Amino acid sequence: MDATALLMQLFTGLSLGMLYVLLALGLSIIFGLLTVVNFAHGAMFMWGAYAGVSVIALTGNFWIALIVAPLVIGGYGLIVERGLIRPLYGRDINYPLLLTFGLQFIMLEIVRIFYGTSDQPFKAPDLLSMPIEIFGTFAFPSYRLFVIAVTIIICIVLWVFLEKTNLGMIIRAGTRDPLMVRALGIDMGRIWWLVFGIGSALAGLGGILAAPIRSVFPEMGITMLVECFVVVVVGGMGSLSGAILSGIIMGEASAITTLFYPQMADIVIFLVMAVVLLIRPSGLFGRAGLLE
Amino acid sequence: MENQTWWRRLVTFISNYPLYFIFLFFIIFPFIVPYKALATQIIIWGLFALGFNICLGYTGMLSFGHAAYFGVGAYTTGVVLIRLWANIWFGLFAALFMGGILALVLGFLCIKRKGIYFAMLTLAFAQLVYFVAFQWVDLTGGDNGLRNIPAAPLNFFGLSINIYSPLNFYFFVLFFVFLSLLALNLILQSPFGHVLQAVRENDQRARSCGYETTNVRWLAFVISGAISGLAGGLYALYLHFVGIETLYWMTSGQVVMMTLLGGMGSFIGPFIGAGVFLYLEDVLSNITQSWMIFLGVIFVLCVLFFPAGIWGTIKGLSTRGKKELPASSAP
Repeated sequence: MDATALLMQLFTGLSLGMLYVLLALGLSIIFGLLTVVNFAHGAMFMWGAYAGVSVIALTGNFWIALIVAPLVIGGYGLIVERGLIRPLYGRDINYPLLLTFGLQFIMLEIVRIFYGTSDQPFKAPDLLSMPIEIFGTFAFPSYRLFVIAVTIIICIVLWVFLEKTNLGMIIRAGTRDPLMVRALGIDMGRIWWLVFGIGSALAGLGGILAAPIRSVFPEMGITMLVECFVVVVVGGMGSLSGAILSGIIMGEASAITTLFYPQMADIVIFLVMAVVLLIRPSGLFGRAGLLE
Repeated sequence: MENQTWWRRLVTFISNYPLYFIFLFFIIFPFIVPYKALATQIIIWGLFALGFNICLGYTGMLSFGHAAYFGVGAYTTGVVLIRLWANIWFGLFAALFMGGILALVLGFLCIKRKGIYFAMLTLAFAQLVYFVAFQWVDLTGGDNGLRNIPAAPLNFFGLSINIYSPLNFYFFVLFFVFLSLLALNLILQSPFGHVLQAVRENDQRARSCGYETTNVRWLAFVISGAISGLAGGLYALYLHFVGIETLYWMTSGQVVMMTLLGGMGSFIGPFIGAGVFLYLEDVLSNITQSWMIFLGVIFVLCVLFFPAGIWGTIKGLSTRGKKELPASSAP
C-alpha cells in the first residue's frame, strides 16, 4: 500500500462524494424550504442520466446533453410540484413522502418501457477521456476531475444565489419562518415551486454526471437515494453546508474502505451515520427539533 | 335507501367486531381466490402489514425499514431449520424473537427522532442490515439467497401433520395470524394500547400526563418488529427459500403501500391492502410486464384522494350523513 494509491483513492472518493453533494443539496434545499422528503429524487437522478442518453443519441454532443438534461428534469420537477405535491401542503408531513415514493415506481417503469432493462452505454466525451497526471505522481481520469470541478462551480453558484440575491434571501427567510415571509406579502407558493425545480435540476445534473462513471440502468437511483438520505441525515436536514461536508466525508469513507476492506464498502456509510447520530442526534449542522 | 342500510350495518358490524369478521372470512377465503397459494401469500403479507400498522397506524411512526425485521425473521427461521434444529415451532419462535431483538436495538438508535427523521433513519439502518446479510455469504448465501430450507414436519402433541399441501399450509399460517390478532387485540385494548393512541394523537399531552412516551413508542416498535419477524418466518417456510431482496428497502416500501392502500389504524385495513396489492400484482403481471406502473398510479391517487385508504373510505362513506360521532379508533 503506497501513498500514490491512497492519494488516488482519495481523489476517487472526492468525485463520488461530489455526486452525493449534488443530490444531497437538492434533497436538502427541497426539505429545508418545503419540508418535503423527495423519495423520487433517486428516480430523477436516473431520469437525468437517461435524458442525457437521449440527447446524445439525437445530437451526438455531450455538452448539449449536460445543459439540456438538468433543464428537462428541472422542468419535470416544476410539473410534479404543481400537479402532485401542491395539493398535499397542509396535510400530514408524511403524505408528500408517500406520494413521491409511489411516483418513483411510475418513473422507473416508464424508463423500463422506453429503454428496456439493460445497461445503456454512456461514454465520457473524447475531451475528457484522457487521464491527467496529478502532482506528476499518478494519472487520474480527467472525467472525474471534471465532475469535481462542476460540483464546486455549482456549489459556488448556489451559494452566491442564496446569499447575494434577493430571491436567495427570500428562500433563506422562508426556511426560517415561512409564515412571516408570507405576512410580508411574498407569494411562498411560487418560491416553493421554483425551489422544487432547482432541486430536481440538481438531481438531473447528478444523473448525467454520474452516467459515464456508474453505468446507466433503471435501478441506478434506488440505492443512490438511500445513500443520499444518509448524507443528508448526517449533514443535518435542511443544512446546505452540512450536505456538502457530509457528502465529501461519505464519499471518502466509502472510497478508503474500498481500498482496505472492500466487503465493508457499502456498509461503512451507515456505520458513520450511526456514530454521528449517537454523538450529535441532529446531524453535523442540523438544528435540533426541526419538524419533529 | 333500504339498500344502503344493509351495507352500512355490515360496515358498522365489521368495524365494531373486526376479529369475528376476519375469523369467519379467512376460513372461506382460500376457496374464493383463484389459487390457494395466493391466499397464503396475502395473509402472510397481511400479517406483516398488521405488524407494521402497530407502528404507523396505532403509534403514528412512519418506519421505512420494516424489511429488516421481516427479512431477519425469514433468515432466522431458515438458518435455524437448516443448521440448528429442524423444528417449526422453534424456528418461528426464533423469528419472532430475532425480529423483536433487532427492533429493540435499532429502535434504540431511531426512536428519539420523530416524523421524517424517523422514516429516514429506519430506512438507513434497514439498508445496513441488507448489506450485512449481502456480505455474510456463509450464513445467508448472499446474493443467491438461502436455499433448501427443509420441510420440517409439524408435531403437535405427538401428532404429525402434513402442512405442505397448499390448503393445509394456508390454515397453518392462519393459525399464527389468529394468534397474532388475538395478542394484538389484547395489547391494544389494554391501558398500554390506549397510551399508544394517546401518543399518536398528541405526544406532548401524553407526556404531560406522566407517560414516558419515548419508551412507549420503543415498546410499540419492538412489538411491531416481532410480528414482522414472525411474518418473515412464515414467508421463509412458504417459499422454502429466502431471497436477499426480502431485506431490500423496496420490501419496506411495499408494506407501507399495502397499509396505506388498505387503511391504517385498523385490523382489517392491512389485510385489505395486502389482498388488493397482491391480487392486482397477480392479475396485472399476467397482462403486462410493467405492472408496477399501475400499482404506482393507484398508490399516488390513493395518497392524493383517499388518504384514509380503502377501509377508511368505506367506513367514512357508511357514517356520512349520520349525526353520531365517528366510530372510535378501537380496532
